[in-house]
Amino acid sequence: MATKKFMYLNRKAPYGTVYALESLEVVLIAAAFEQDVSLAFIDDGVYQIVEGQNPEGIGMKNFSKTYHALGDYDIKQLFVSAESLEERGLSIDDLMPLVWEDEDEDWAEKPSIQVVSNAELTKLMSDQDVCLSF
Amino acid sequence: MADILGAEVDEEGFLVDLKDWTKEIAVEMAKGDDIDLSVEHWDVINFLRDYFEEYQIAPAVRVLTKAIGKQFGKEKGNSKYLYSLFPYGPGKQGCRFAGLPKPTGCI
Repeated sequence: MATKKFMYLNRKAPYGTVYALESLEVVLIAAAFEQDVSLAFIDDGVYQIVEGQNPEGIGMKNFSKTYHALGDYDIKQLFVSAESLEERGLSIDDLMPLVWEDEDEDWAEKPSIQVVSNAELTKLMSDQDVCLSF
Repeated sequence: MADILGAEVDEEGFLVDLKDWTKEIAVEMAKGDDIDLSVEHWDVINFLRDYFEEYQIAPAVRVLTKAIGKQFGKEKGNSKYLYSLFPYGPGKQGCRFAGLPKPTGCI
């Protein structure tokens, strides 16, 4: 099977709608097919990977820990819109320190998150075979 | 509804409430599959429970295989070894004994 480039666009806040959790589940299931997978976090989607989430007060399960498993599933490219962060008064330091482990370098941890401009994101999206928007 | 040592299980034998899990339940589930749990089984069961605690998901078999190899040595990081312990599938059967839901993407 030929490898295709898949990008999952995450544009919505983590709670309040089911989009973020559904996207994450689809990503984990699709990872089994060993395609070239990347994720993008745009607009309120950047809140999905903010550090220190606690949805207890609204009776939701805190699924943010699951993003830390993405590296185990060989998903090493998480692109975050610089403009979306800035519009919300956020920086990369407010995000979870998501990493993947490089088996070839004695399991060294390497950062998965890359902050990129919307112009760069546009280019990345045009390079994909498939973009799925959540 | 079926139960194991008083803990409710679904039609595939998975615990309905993860909080019901005890080691005795794991032993009882294994007995039902004609398996005596060894130290090697417990290594995997404990690993699955720790993984779920940390990431809130049961790992896919590929992820489990890699992680077991990393933690317990390369000779154990392969599906042949894991299937020798859990003939019905390390994901499905292992997760059931560990009191976890079926792994995401497992059919």
